[in-house]
Amino acid sequence: MIVDLALVGGILALALGVLVARQAFAAVALFIGYGLLLALAWGRLGLMDVALTEAAIGAGLSGVLLLAAARRLSAAPAQEDSPPGRVTRALIGAGCAILTCAVGAAVLLLPDAPPGLAAEVAANQRATALGNPVASVLMAFRGLDTLLESAVLVLAVICTVALAPDQGWAGPPGAPQPQADGPLALLARLLPPLGIVVAAHIFWIGVDAPGGKFQAAAILAAMWLLPWMAGIAPAPPIGTRALRITVAAGPALFIAVGLLGAMLTGAFLAWPSGFEKPLILIVEVALTLSIAAALALLVMGPRT
Amino acid sequence: MSSLLGVAAFAVLLTLLLGLVRVLRGPQAADRIAAAQLLGTTGIAALLLWGAAVGSATHTDLALTLAVLAPFATIAMVRKEPGE
Amino acid sequence: MSLLADAFTVFCVVAGIGFFAAGTAGLLRFPDTGSRLHALTKADHLGLGLIVLGLLPRAEALGGAFRLLAIWGLVLLASAATGPLLARIAQRRDPPA
Repeated sequence: MIVDLALVGGILALALGVLVARQAFAAVALFIGYGLLLALAWGRLGLMDVALTEAAIGAGLSGVLLLAAARRLSAAPAQEDSPPGRVTRALIGAGCAILTCAVGAAVLLLPDAPPGLAAEVAANQRATALGNPVASVLMAFRGLDTLLESAVLVLAVICTVALAPDQGWAGPPGAPQPQADGPLALLARLLPPLGIVVAAHIFWIGVDAPGGKFQAAAILAAMWLLPWMAGIAPAPPIGTRALRITVAAGPALFIAVGLLGAMLTGAFLAWPSGFEKPLILIVEVALTLSIAAALALLVMGPRT
Repeated sequence: MSSLLGVAAFAVLLTLLLGLVRVLRGPQAADRIAAAQLLGTTGIAALLLWGAAVGSATHTDLALTLAVLAPFATIAMVRKEPGE
Repeated sequence: MSLLADAFTVFCVVAGIGFFAAGTAGLLRFPDTGSRLHALTKADHLGLGLIVLGLLPRAEALGGAFRLLAIWGLVLLASAATGPLLARIAQRRDPPA
Protein backbone atom coordinates (compact mmCIF):
# COMPACT_ATOMS: atom_id res chain seq x y z
CA MET A 1 0.00 0.00 0.00
CA ILE A 2 2.77 2.44 0.94
CA VAL A 3 4.65 1.31 -2.16
CA ASP A 4 1.64 2.08 -4.34
CA LEU A 5 1.08 5.47 -2.75
CA ALA A 6 4.75 6.38 -3.22
CA LEU A 7 4.61 5.31 -6.89
CA VAL A 8 1.39 7.23 -7.53
CA GLY A 9 2.86 10.30 -5.82
CA GLY A 10 5.95 10.12 -8.03
CA ILE A 11 3.86 9.69 -11.19
CA LEU A 12 1.66 12.68 -10.31
CA ALA A 13 4.66 14.87 -9.46
CA LEU A 14 6.33 14.04 -12.79
CA ALA A 15 3.11 14.56 -14.76
CA LEU A 16 2.75 17.98 -13.17
CA GLY A 17 6.41 18.70 -13.92
CA VAL A 18 5.90 17.84 -17.61
CA LEU A 19 2.98 20.26 -17.79
CA VAL A 20 4.67 23.21 -16.10
CA ALA A 21 8.16 22.73 -17.62
CA ARG A 22 9.24 25.86 -19.48
CA GLN A 23 11.75 24.21 -21.83
CA ALA A 24 10.89 21.44 -24.23
CA PHE A 25 14.05 19.45 -23.33
CA ALA A 26 13.16 19.52 -19.63
CA ALA A 27 9.64 18.32 -20.40
CA VAL A 28 11.00 15.41 -22.46
CA ALA A 29 13.44 14.37 -19.70
CA LEU A 30 10.58 14.42 -17.20
CA PHE A 31 8.40 12.45 -19.59
CA ILE A 32 11.10 9.74 -19.85
CA GLY A 33 11.16 9.44 -16.04
CA TYR A 34 7.37 9.35 -16.10
CA GLY A 35 7.47 6.42 -18.54
CA LEU A 36 9.84 4.53 -16.22
CA LEU A 37 7.51 4.97 -13.24
CA LEU A 38 4.53 4.03 -15.39
CA ALA A 39 6.23 0.77 -16.40
CA LEU A 40 6.86 0.01 -12.70
CA ALA A 41 3.22 0.83 -11.91
CA TRP A 42 1.92 -1.53 -14.62
CA GLY A 43 4.20 -4.21 -13.20
CA ARG A 44 2.82 -3.50 -9.73
CA LEU A 45 -0.69 -4.05 -11.13
CA GLY A 46 0.45 -7.43 -12.44
CA LEU A 47 0.08 -6.43 -16.11
CA MET A 48 3.56 -7.44 -17.24
CA ASP A 49 2.71 -7.38 -20.95
CA VAL A 50 1.70 -3.74 -20.69
CA ALA A 51 4.72 -2.96 -18.50
CA LEU A 52 7.06 -4.47 -21.11
CA THR A 53 5.43 -2.46 -23.90
CA GLU A 54 5.68 0.75 -21.88
CA ALA A 55 9.33 0.05 -21.13
CA ALA A 56 10.16 -0.76 -24.77
CA ILE A 57 8.30 2.20 -26.28
CA GLY A 58 8.67 4.73 -23.45
CA ALA A 59 12.34 4.15 -22.69
CA GLY A 60 13.45 3.76 -26.29
CA LEU A 61 11.53 5.14 -29.21
CA SER A 62 9.31 7.87 -27.80
CA GLY A 63 12.26 9.59 -26.08
CA VAL A 64 14.18 9.70 -29.38
CA LEU A 65 11.10 10.97 -31.22
CA LEU A 66 10.27 13.68 -28.66
CA LEU A 67 13.88 14.90 -28.35
CA ALA A 68 14.12 15.19 -32.15
CA ALA A 69 10.89 17.21 -32.13
CA ALA A 70 12.15 19.44 -29.29
CA ARG A 71 15.39 20.04 -31.15
CA ARG A 72 13.57 20.98 -34.33
CA LEU A 73 11.33 23.36 -32.36
CA SER A 74 14.27 25.07 -30.65
CA ALA A 75 16.01 25.50 -34.01
CA ALA A 76 12.97 27.21 -35.50
CA PRO A 77 10.85 28.57 -32.62
CA ALA A 78 7.14 28.60 -33.32
CA GLN A 79 5.52 32.00 -33.47
CA GLU A 80 3.97 32.80 -30.11
CA ASP A 81 0.31 33.60 -30.27
CA SER A 82 -0.87 36.37 -27.98
CA PRO A 83 -1.61 34.79 -24.56
CA PRO A 84 -5.28 33.90 -24.01
CA GLY A 85 -7.40 36.39 -22.09
CA ARG A 86 -8.69 35.85 -18.60
CA VAL A 87 -12.13 34.61 -19.72
CA THR A 88 -10.63 32.11 -22.16
CA ARG A 89 -8.30 30.82 -19.44
CA ALA A 90 -11.16 30.42 -16.96
CA LEU A 91 -13.21 28.56 -19.56
CA ILE A 92 -10.30 26.24 -20.42
CA GLY A 93 -9.70 25.59 -16.71
CA ALA A 94 -13.38 24.84 -16.08
CA GLY A 95 -13.54 22.51 -19.07
CA CYS A 96 -10.46 20.58 -17.93
CA ALA A 97 -11.78 20.36 -14.35
CA ILE A 98 -15.12 18.97 -15.55
CA LEU A 99 -13.37 16.41 -17.76
CA THR A 100 -11.11 15.34 -14.88
CA CYS A 101 -14.07 14.95 -12.53
CA ALA A 102 -15.98 12.96 -15.16
CA VAL A 103 -13.05 10.57 -15.70
CA GLY A 104 -12.57 10.21 -11.94
CA ALA A 105 -16.27 9.50 -11.42
CA ALA A 106 -16.24 6.94 -14.22
CA VAL A 107 -13.34 5.11 -12.56
CA LEU A 108 -14.97 5.20 -9.12
CA LEU A 109 -18.34 4.01 -10.49
CA LEU A 110 -16.86 0.91 -12.16
CA PRO A 111 -18.50 -2.31 -10.94
CA ASP A 112 -16.36 -4.35 -8.55
CA ALA A 113 -16.15 -7.27 -10.94
CA PRO A 114 -15.62 -5.55 -14.29
CA PRO A 115 -17.23 -7.35 -17.24
CA GLY A 116 -14.70 -9.18 -19.35
CA LEU A 117 -13.94 -12.22 -21.41
CA ALA A 118 -10.98 -13.43 -19.35
CA ALA A 119 -12.80 -16.61 -18.28
CA GLU A 120 -13.64 -17.53 -21.87
CA VAL A 121 -10.05 -16.90 -22.96
CA ALA A 122 -8.82 -19.17 -20.18
CA ALA A 123 -11.35 -21.85 -21.18
CA ASN A 124 -10.24 -21.83 -24.83
CA GLN A 125 -6.54 -21.28 -24.18
CA ARG A 126 -5.54 -24.81 -25.16
CA ALA A 127 -6.90 -24.44 -28.68
CA THR A 128 -4.01 -22.20 -29.71
CA ALA A 129 -1.21 -24.28 -28.18
CA LEU A 130 0.27 -21.04 -26.76
CA GLY A 131 0.93 -20.56 -23.06
CA ASN A 132 0.45 -16.79 -22.84
CA PRO A 133 -3.24 -15.79 -22.90
CA VAL A 134 -2.36 -12.35 -24.28
CA ALA A 135 -0.61 -13.97 -27.24
CA SER A 136 -3.67 -16.18 -27.84
CA VAL A 137 -5.98 -13.17 -27.88
CA LEU A 138 -3.69 -11.17 -30.17
CA MET A 139 -3.02 -13.92 -32.70
CA ALA A 140 -6.15 -16.08 -32.61
CA PHE A 141 -9.22 -14.84 -30.74
CA ARG A 142 -8.87 -11.24 -31.95
CA GLY A 143 -6.48 -11.82 -34.85
CA LEU A 144 -8.33 -9.33 -37.03
CA ASP A 145 -7.47 -6.48 -34.64
CA THR A 146 -3.78 -7.37 -34.77
CA LEU A 147 -3.90 -7.59 -38.57
CA LEU A 148 -5.54 -4.17 -38.86
CA GLU A 149 -3.08 -2.62 -36.38
CA SER A 150 -0.09 -3.88 -38.35
CA ALA A 151 -1.71 -2.65 -41.57
CA VAL A 152 -2.19 0.80 -39.98
CA LEU A 153 1.57 0.93 -39.34
CA VAL A 154 2.25 0.32 -43.04
CA LEU A 155 -0.18 3.14 -43.90
CA ALA A 156 1.55 5.43 -41.39
CA VAL A 157 4.92 4.74 -43.04
CA ILE A 158 3.42 5.55 -46.45
CA CYS A 159 1.98 8.83 -45.11
CA THR A 160 5.34 9.78 -43.55
CA VAL A 161 7.20 9.05 -46.77
CA ALA A 162 4.63 11.14 -48.65
CA LEU A 163 5.65 14.18 -46.58
CA ALA A 164 9.09 14.22 -48.24
CA PRO A 165 9.72 16.85 -50.91
CA ASP A 166 9.06 15.78 -54.50
CA GLN A 167 12.73 16.00 -55.42
CA GLY A 168 14.30 12.66 -54.58
CA TRP A 169 11.57 11.39 -52.25
CA ALA A 170 12.81 7.86 -52.83
CA GLY A 171 16.15 8.64 -51.15
CA PRO A 172 17.14 7.70 -47.58
CA PRO A 173 14.60 8.66 -44.88
CA GLY A 174 15.28 11.40 -42.35
CA ALA A 175 18.14 13.86 -42.32
CA PRO A 176 21.64 12.50 -42.98
CA GLN A 177 23.33 12.01 -39.61
CA PRO A 178 26.84 13.30 -38.92
CA GLN A 179 29.34 10.57 -38.13
CA ALA A 180 30.03 10.18 -34.41
CA ASP A 181 33.37 9.25 -32.89
CA GLY A 182 34.56 8.09 -29.49
CA PRO A 183 32.17 6.46 -27.02
CA LEU A 184 29.03 6.84 -29.11
CA ALA A 185 30.58 5.14 -32.14
CA LEU A 186 31.80 2.31 -29.90
CA LEU A 187 28.38 1.85 -28.28
CA ALA A 188 26.67 1.92 -31.68
CA ARG A 189 28.87 -1.00 -32.75
CA LEU A 190 28.70 -3.00 -29.49
CA LEU A 191 25.08 -2.72 -28.43
CA PRO A 192 23.07 -3.78 -31.53
CA PRO A 193 24.28 -7.43 -31.59
CA LEU A 194 23.44 -7.75 -27.88
CA GLY A 195 20.12 -5.97 -28.37
CA ILE A 196 19.14 -8.30 -31.21
CA VAL A 197 19.72 -11.28 -28.90
CA VAL A 198 17.57 -9.61 -26.21
CA ALA A 199 14.83 -8.93 -28.80
CA ALA A 200 14.88 -12.58 -29.89
CA HIS A 201 14.61 -13.62 -26.24
CA ILE A 202 11.67 -11.28 -25.59
CA PHE A 203 9.99 -12.54 -28.79
CA TRP A 204 10.47 -16.19 -27.92
CA ILE A 205 9.26 -16.04 -24.30
CA GLY A 206 6.14 -14.22 -25.58
CA VAL A 207 4.75 -17.63 -26.56
CA ASP A 208 4.36 -18.71 -22.95
CA ALA A 209 4.99 -15.63 -20.78
CA PRO A 210 4.62 -11.85 -21.04
CA GLY A 211 6.63 -10.55 -23.99
CA GLY A 212 6.15 -10.98 -27.68
CA LYS A 213 6.38 -9.51 -31.11
CA PHE A 214 5.56 -5.86 -30.49
CA GLN A 215 8.01 -5.41 -27.63
CA ALA A 216 10.68 -7.32 -29.57
CA ALA A 217 9.99 -5.13 -32.62
CA ALA A 218 10.44 -1.97 -30.56
CA ILE A 219 13.83 -3.21 -29.32
CA LEU A 220 14.87 -4.20 -32.86
CA ALA A 221 13.85 -0.78 -34.17
CA ALA A 222 15.94 0.88 -31.45
CA MET A 223 18.92 -1.32 -32.42
CA TRP A 224 18.57 -0.13 -36.02
CA LEU A 225 18.22 3.52 -34.95
CA LEU A 226 21.36 3.46 -32.77
CA PRO A 227 23.96 3.05 -35.56
CA TRP A 228 21.83 5.37 -37.71
CA MET A 229 21.96 8.11 -35.05
CA ALA A 230 25.71 7.58 -34.68
CA GLY A 231 26.09 8.10 -38.42
CA ILE A 232 27.90 4.81 -39.00
CA ALA A 233 25.03 3.06 -40.83
CA PRO A 234 23.10 5.35 -43.18
CA ALA A 235 19.48 4.33 -43.76
CA PRO A 236 18.74 2.60 -47.07
CA PRO A 237 16.78 4.66 -49.62
CA ILE A 238 12.98 4.39 -49.34
CA GLY A 239 12.95 3.14 -52.93
CA THR A 240 14.91 -0.01 -52.00
CA ARG A 241 12.86 -3.06 -52.86
CA ALA A 242 14.10 -5.08 -49.86
CA LEU A 243 13.04 -2.33 -47.43
CA ARG A 244 9.57 -2.06 -48.95
CA ILE A 245 9.13 -5.83 -48.88
CA THR A 246 10.22 -5.94 -45.21
CA VAL A 247 7.65 -3.31 -44.21
CA ALA A 248 4.79 -5.00 -46.07
CA ALA A 249 5.68 -8.68 -45.60
CA GLY A 250 4.17 -9.14 -42.11
CA PRO A 251 0.63 -7.92 -42.82
CA ALA A 252 0.72 -9.52 -46.31
CA LEU A 253 1.69 -12.92 -44.89
CA PHE A 254 -0.95 -12.55 -42.15
CA ILE A 255 -3.63 -11.91 -44.82
CA ALA A 256 -2.38 -14.82 -46.94
CA VAL A 257 -2.54 -17.21 -43.98
CA GLY A 258 -5.97 -15.80 -43.13
CA LEU A 259 -7.17 -16.62 -46.67
CA LEU A 260 -5.66 -20.09 -46.33
CA GLY A 261 -7.75 -20.49 -43.18
CA ALA A 262 -10.82 -19.33 -45.09
CA MET A 263 -10.23 -22.01 -47.73
CA LEU A 264 -9.41 -24.84 -45.31
CA THR A 265 -11.79 -24.15 -42.42
CA GLY A 266 -14.30 -21.71 -43.89
CA ALA A 267 -13.45 -18.71 -41.69
CA PHE A 268 -11.06 -15.85 -42.50
CA LEU A 269 -8.04 -15.84 -40.13
CA ALA A 270 -8.96 -19.24 -38.69
CA TRP A 271 -5.81 -21.28 -38.02
CA PRO A 272 -5.93 -24.76 -39.60
CA SER A 273 -6.15 -27.18 -36.67
CA GLY A 274 -2.97 -29.01 -35.89
CA PHE A 275 -0.81 -26.33 -37.46
CA GLU A 276 -1.75 -23.45 -35.12
CA LYS A 277 1.54 -22.98 -33.32
CA PRO A 278 3.99 -23.24 -36.26
CA LEU A 279 1.82 -20.99 -38.45
CA ILE A 280 1.36 -18.43 -35.66
CA LEU A 281 5.13 -18.39 -35.09
CA ILE A 282 5.91 -17.87 -38.79
CA VAL A 283 3.40 -15.00 -39.04
CA GLU A 284 4.73 -13.47 -35.79
CA VAL A 285 8.33 -13.53 -37.06
CA ALA A 286 7.29 -11.73 -40.26
CA LEU A 287 5.16 -9.26 -38.27
CA THR A 288 8.04 -8.54 -35.87
CA LEU A 289 10.40 -7.65 -38.71
CA SER A 290 7.74 -5.53 -40.44
CA ILE A 291 6.80 -3.65 -37.27
CA ALA A 292 10.47 -3.05 -36.41
CA ALA A 293 11.19 -1.61 -39.86
CA ALA A 294 8.02 0.51 -39.76
CA LEU A 295 8.76 1.91 -36.27
CA ALA A 296 12.33 2.78 -37.22
CA LEU A 297 11.21 4.50 -40.45
CA LEU A 298 8.58 6.47 -38.49
CA VAL A 299 11.21 7.70 -36.00
CA MET A 300 13.64 8.63 -38.79
CA GLY A 301 10.86 10.64 -40.43
CA PRO A 302 10.52 11.81 -44.02
CA ARG A 303 13.48 12.82 -46.11
CA THR A 304 14.20 16.47 -45.43
CA MET B 1 13.64 -14.17 2.92
CA SER B 2 11.29 -13.08 0.15
CA SER B 3 9.64 -10.47 2.39
CA LEU B 4 13.12 -9.12 3.18
CA LEU B 5 13.79 -8.81 -0.55
CA GLY B 6 10.46 -7.03 -0.94
CA VAL B 7 11.50 -4.50 1.69
CA ALA B 8 14.82 -4.08 -0.12
CA ALA B 9 12.97 -3.43 -3.41
CA PHE B 10 10.92 -0.76 -1.64
CA ALA B 11 14.06 0.85 -0.21
CA VAL B 12 15.60 1.06 -3.69
CA LEU B 13 12.33 2.45 -5.05
CA LEU B 14 12.47 5.15 -2.36
CA THR B 15 15.95 6.26 -3.50
CA LEU B 16 14.54 6.37 -7.05
CA LEU B 17 11.66 8.61 -5.98
CA LEU B 18 14.01 10.91 -4.06
CA GLY B 19 16.25 11.13 -7.11
CA LEU B 20 13.28 12.33 -9.15
CA VAL B 21 13.65 15.66 -7.36
CA ARG B 22 16.78 16.24 -9.47
CA VAL B 23 14.87 15.45 -12.67
CA LEU B 24 12.25 17.95 -11.58
CA ARG B 25 14.69 20.69 -10.51
CA GLY B 26 17.35 20.46 -13.20
CA PRO B 27 18.77 23.07 -13.60
CA GLN B 28 20.47 21.98 -16.84
CA ALA B 29 18.95 19.68 -19.43
CA ALA B 30 22.04 17.45 -18.95
CA ASP B 31 21.17 17.10 -15.24
CA ARG B 32 17.66 16.03 -16.00
CA ILE B 33 18.45 13.56 -18.74
CA ALA B 34 21.38 12.05 -16.79
CA ALA B 35 19.19 11.69 -13.72
CA ALA B 36 16.42 10.13 -15.81
CA GLN B 37 18.79 7.58 -17.36
CA LEU B 38 20.50 6.71 -14.09
CA LEU B 39 17.20 6.40 -12.27
CA GLY B 40 16.54 3.73 -14.88
CA THR B 41 19.43 1.83 -13.26
CA THR B 42 17.71 2.21 -9.90
CA GLY B 43 14.46 1.01 -11.46
CA ILE B 44 16.29 -2.05 -12.81
CA ALA B 45 17.66 -2.83 -9.33
CA ALA B 46 14.18 -2.47 -7.82
CA LEU B 47 12.74 -4.79 -10.48
CA LEU B 48 15.43 -7.44 -9.89
CA LEU B 49 14.81 -7.41 -6.12
CA TRP B 50 11.07 -7.44 -6.61
CA GLY B 51 11.29 -10.31 -9.11
CA ALA B 52 13.43 -12.29 -6.64
CA ALA B 53 10.91 -11.53 -3.88
CA VAL B 54 7.92 -12.87 -5.80
CA GLY B 55 9.93 -15.49 -7.71
CA SER B 56 9.02 -14.21 -11.17
CA ALA B 57 11.34 -14.31 -14.18
CA THR B 58 9.18 -11.78 -16.03
CA HIS B 59 10.43 -8.97 -13.80
CA THR B 60 13.95 -9.86 -14.89
CA ASP B 61 12.87 -9.67 -18.53
CA LEU B 62 11.38 -6.25 -17.90
CA ALA B 63 14.67 -5.19 -16.30
CA LEU B 64 16.54 -6.60 -19.32
CA THR B 65 14.39 -4.54 -21.70
CA LEU B 66 15.04 -1.39 -19.67
CA ALA B 67 18.78 -2.16 -19.56
CA VAL B 68 19.14 -2.60 -23.31
CA LEU B 69 17.18 0.59 -24.06
CA ALA B 70 18.69 2.67 -21.22
CA PRO B 71 21.12 4.77 -23.28
CA PHE B 72 18.66 5.76 -26.01
CA ALA B 73 17.18 8.99 -24.76
CA THR B 74 20.62 10.22 -23.68
CA ILE B 75 22.13 9.44 -27.09
CA ALA B 76 19.25 11.17 -28.83
CA MET B 77 20.08 14.25 -26.77
CA VAL B 78 23.87 14.31 -26.95
CA ARG B 79 24.43 13.27 -30.57
CA LYS B 80 25.63 15.90 -32.95
CA GLU B 81 22.87 17.64 -34.79
CA PRO B 82 22.65 17.15 -38.54
CA GLY B 83 24.69 19.92 -40.11
CA GLU B 84 26.49 20.80 -36.86
CA MET C 1 24.74 -23.94 3.12
CA SER C 2 21.47 -22.21 2.32
CA LEU C 3 21.85 -20.15 5.49
CA LEU C 4 25.28 -19.04 4.30
CA ALA C 5 23.85 -18.18 0.84
CA ASP C 6 21.04 -16.18 2.47
CA ALA C 7 23.50 -14.29 4.63
CA PHE C 8 25.55 -13.51 1.52
CA THR C 9 22.43 -12.25 -0.27
CA VAL C 10 21.40 -10.05 2.65
CA PHE C 11 24.90 -8.63 3.01
CA CYS C 12 25.27 -7.79 -0.68
CA VAL C 13 21.75 -6.38 -1.06
CA VAL C 14 22.10 -4.18 2.02
CA ALA C 15 25.47 -2.90 0.79
CA GLY C 16 23.91 -2.28 -2.64
CA ILE C 17 21.09 -0.24 -1.11
CA GLY C 18 23.72 1.75 0.79
CA PHE C 19 25.40 2.67 -2.51
CA PHE C 20 22.08 3.60 -4.11
CA ALA C 21 21.29 5.84 -1.14
CA ALA C 22 24.75 7.43 -1.40
CA GLY C 23 24.28 7.98 -5.13
CA THR C 24 20.92 9.65 -4.59
CA ALA C 25 22.33 11.83 -1.81
CA GLY C 26 25.11 12.93 -4.17
CA LEU C 27 22.62 13.55 -6.96
CA LEU C 28 20.62 15.83 -4.69
CA ARG C 29 23.39 17.57 -2.74
CA PHE C 30 26.40 18.00 -5.06
CA PRO C 31 26.75 21.53 -6.40
CA ASP C 32 27.41 21.09 -10.14
CA THR C 33 26.49 18.82 -13.02
CA GLY C 34 29.88 17.12 -13.27
CA SER C 35 29.99 16.05 -9.61
CA ARG C 36 26.39 14.89 -9.73
CA LEU C 37 27.19 12.77 -12.78
CA HIS C 38 30.16 11.32 -10.94
CA ALA C 39 28.07 10.46 -7.88
CA LEU C 40 25.37 8.73 -9.87
CA THR C 41 27.49 6.77 -12.34
CA LYS C 42 29.87 5.31 -9.79
CA ALA C 43 27.58 4.69 -6.85
CA ASP C 44 24.54 3.43 -8.74
CA HIS C 45 26.44 0.94 -10.87
CA LEU C 46 28.31 -0.42 -7.89
CA GLY C 47 24.96 -0.69 -6.09
CA LEU C 48 23.40 -2.56 -9.01
CA GLY C 49 26.46 -4.82 -9.22
CA LEU C 50 26.20 -5.69 -5.52
CA ILE C 51 22.49 -6.43 -5.82
CA VAL C 52 23.12 -8.64 -8.88
CA LEU C 53 25.89 -10.41 -6.97
CA GLY C 54 23.59 -10.90 -3.99
CA LEU C 55 20.80 -12.35 -6.12
CA LEU C 56 23.10 -14.76 -8.00
CA PRO C 57 22.80 -17.61 -5.44
CA ARG C 58 19.00 -17.36 -5.75
CA ALA C 59 18.95 -17.40 -9.56
CA GLU C 60 17.23 -20.36 -11.16
CA ALA C 61 19.79 -22.47 -13.04
CA LEU C 62 22.60 -21.09 -15.17
CA GLY C 63 20.28 -19.14 -17.50
CA GLY C 64 18.86 -16.97 -14.72
CA ALA C 65 22.32 -16.12 -13.39
CA PHE C 66 23.51 -15.30 -16.91
CA ARG C 67 20.54 -13.00 -17.43
CA LEU C 68 21.32 -11.10 -14.20
CA LEU C 69 24.96 -10.64 -15.23
CA ALA C 70 23.88 -9.61 -18.74
CA ILE C 71 21.68 -6.86 -17.27
CA TRP C 72 24.58 -5.50 -15.24
CA GLY C 73 26.90 -5.67 -18.25
CA LEU C 74 24.42 -3.84 -20.48
CA VAL C 75 23.90 -1.09 -17.92
CA LEU C 76 27.66 -0.65 -17.45
CA LEU C 77 28.22 -0.51 -21.21
CA ALA C 78 25.45 2.05 -21.69
CA SER C 79 26.53 4.39 -18.95
CA ALA C 80 30.23 4.08 -19.74
CA ALA C 81 29.38 5.36 -23.21
CA THR C 82 26.85 8.04 -22.28
CA GLY C 83 28.67 9.42 -19.21
CA PRO C 84 31.49 11.16 -21.14
CA LEU C 85 29.00 12.46 -23.72
CA LEU C 86 26.83 13.99 -21.00
CA ALA C 87 29.85 15.50 -19.27
CA ARG C 88 30.93 16.99 -22.59
CA ILE C 89 27.65 18.81 -23.23
CA ALA C 90 27.42 19.87 -19.58
CA GLN C 91 30.88 21.49 -19.87
CA ARG C 92 30.10 23.11 -23.20
CA ARG C 93 26.99 24.79 -21.86
CA ASP C 94 28.31 25.55 -18.40
CA PRO C 95 32.12 25.94 -18.56
CA PRO C 96 33.82 25.22 -15.22
CA ALA C 97 34.88 28.41 -13.44
